[in-house]
Amino acid sequence: MSAQTEEAAARPASRTGKGGAPPASGVSQRTGRAVPYLLILPAAVFTVLLLGWIMVQNGLLSFQNLNRRQLIRRTTEWIGFDNYTDTLGHEEFWRVTLRSVVFTAVNVALVMVVGCLIGLLLARLGKRTRLLLLLGLVLAWAMPVVAATTVFQWLFAQRFGVVNHVLDQLGWHSMAEYNWTSGQFSTFFVITVLLVWQSVPFVAINLYAATTTIPKELYEAAALDGAGVWKRFTSVTFPFLKPFFYATTFLEVIWIFKSFTQVFVINEGGPDRLTETLPVYAFVEGMNNQHFGMGAAISILTILILLALTAYYLRLVLKQEEDEL
Amino acid sequence: MKRSLIGRIWPGATAVVLFLGFVFPVYWMFATAFKANKDIVGDDPVWFPTSPTLEHFEKAVDAEGFWTFVANSFITTAVAVLLSLVIALLASFAIARMRFRGRRSFILVMMMAQMAPWEVMVIAYYMMVRDADMLNSLAPLIAIYTLMVLPFTVLTLRGYVAAVPKELEESAMVDGCTRGQAFRKVIFPLLAPGLMATSLFGFITVWNEFPYVLILSKDPSAQTLPLWLTGFRTTFGDDWGATMAASSLFAVPILILFVFLQRKAVGGLTSGAVKG
Repeated sequence: MSAQTEEAAARPASRTGKGGAPPASGVSQRTGRAVPYLLILPAAVFTVLLLGWIMVQNGLLSFQNLNRRQLIRRTTEWIGFDNYTDTLGHEEFWRVTLRSVVFTAVNVALVMVVGCLIGLLLARLGKRTRLLLLLGLVLAWAMPVVAATTVFQWLFAQRFGVVNHVLDQLGWHSMAEYNWTSGQFSTFFVITVLLVWQSVPFVAINLYAATTTIPKELYEAAALDGAGVWKRFTSVTFPFLKPFFYATTFLEVIWIFKSFTQVFVINEGGPDRLTETLPVYAFVEGMNNQHFGMGAAISILTILILLALTAYYLRLVLKQEEDEL
Repeated sequence: MKRSLIGRIWPGATAVVLFLGFVFPVYWMFATAFKANKDIVGDDPVWFPTSPTLEHFEKAVDAEGFWTFVANSFITTAVAVLLSLVIALLASFAIARMRFRGRRSFILVMMMAQMAPWEVMVIAYYMMVRDADMLNSLAPLIAIYTLMVLPFTVLTLRGYVAAVPKELEESAMVDGCTRGQAFRKVIFPLLAPGLMATSLFGFITVWNEFPYVLILSKDPSAQTLPLWLTGFRTTFGDDWGATMAASSLFAVPILILFVFLQRKAVGGLTSGAVKG
């Protein structure tokens, strides 16, 4: 990522000096050629320098043997690709990767299905019920991540947690004092409920906003042709919102794949490191276990995966915004 | 169109159920924060705080270093958001109003940077800050937070700048304003709502940021509220009343801002996300 980012960003910045830009059109004729470059200079320099430096540093670290001892002595030991061969040869890495992929797939599927259903429901509601549901969605959306995570710990608390109480009341008595963070599956369950609760409002509200842009005539025409609810969805709503579906799904994939705070705070990747996803794995390996070089190598591998996803997402978005760029 | 009774009622009924589901965690946070201890740790949960008390809030506020965390959170958030707004305003004006070579690349870089996985780059940043001997200070936090919110701010402001009719600017310049004056007197006032909505998202991002402050600030003097909140349970040993009071204090500024600016905020987001 570093190479691409830098190369692409260096271009506008380097041109500032040469001043070889074509004459600007229209209004900007009176202003000098250098003006746009001067305006973007602070943003470009700041982003390229700091982000680029972090990326380069990340790359360098991943080729070093850097543990607690080297950190304290401030020595640099280059070990070539050892961190990568170690990581890739380690079964643990592949298990975590597979876990992250399944985790992301399940969460994104839930978020998209629930979000889209709620979005379509919003479009059908009367004014007052719609406002009510929107209020609920906005409150959940606005809830800060750290506060929400703490609240979910309380909801799912072993003793006096309201979820266990309700399950017990409903007749599932073995859940009365259930420890949600004691198992891999149950910990993931709590994280999933939290992530879905937090992510659905974005999808639902945006989908609803998008449906309001569909011309009514299309539905009238479909109704004249005798199309039912499902047929109207597949022949009008879905084709119209297709770009939206793609873009949102990808955005959710990226967001969920790299979510750190929720996964980490709920159970710190436990029990027995069984709920570590890739970002948490890199963090625990690098910071907690103080294998900084190893952590950096894992983070580079994670960034590569995310970069592939992001590139695809940006292609989708850019196709839609071609005329605007 | 004829519909049965159930057919007419179910959307509304589902909406109410969903509303309750989405609101419950937020409600439960506030409810617990106001409940007396005996109502929190009883065999049967008390659904409404019947005898509200402020003791949990007092406990949360009296926790050691609380005001330092508050000050740190406000300083890092305000400085990072303002800094990125100023830098972004310049850049967004250039990309919204001017044609120049490299413009497309610049926008692409901003889009890439917006998607940068900050969560995975903590180790490298930690090493940089450590090498510069700047651990446990606010400056490196402010720098990384500014970097985090800058791309989003640039891209969103671009839309708001582009939405201000060019003619306004042109007529101001015909009337003798310089380009700078036209910007200050005509465009800037029209941009104010956009600036507010954009800064809201920057505010939320920085206010919430957890992994960087977790590793950069081991010393309480440079910690922010997210650390205080996540460490609260350990410090106070499952005192859920106080923990929920702390969560409420943490969430309220954001909830208020968000609900007030919701319309513009959602509008701004959708204008970027939806191009049907």
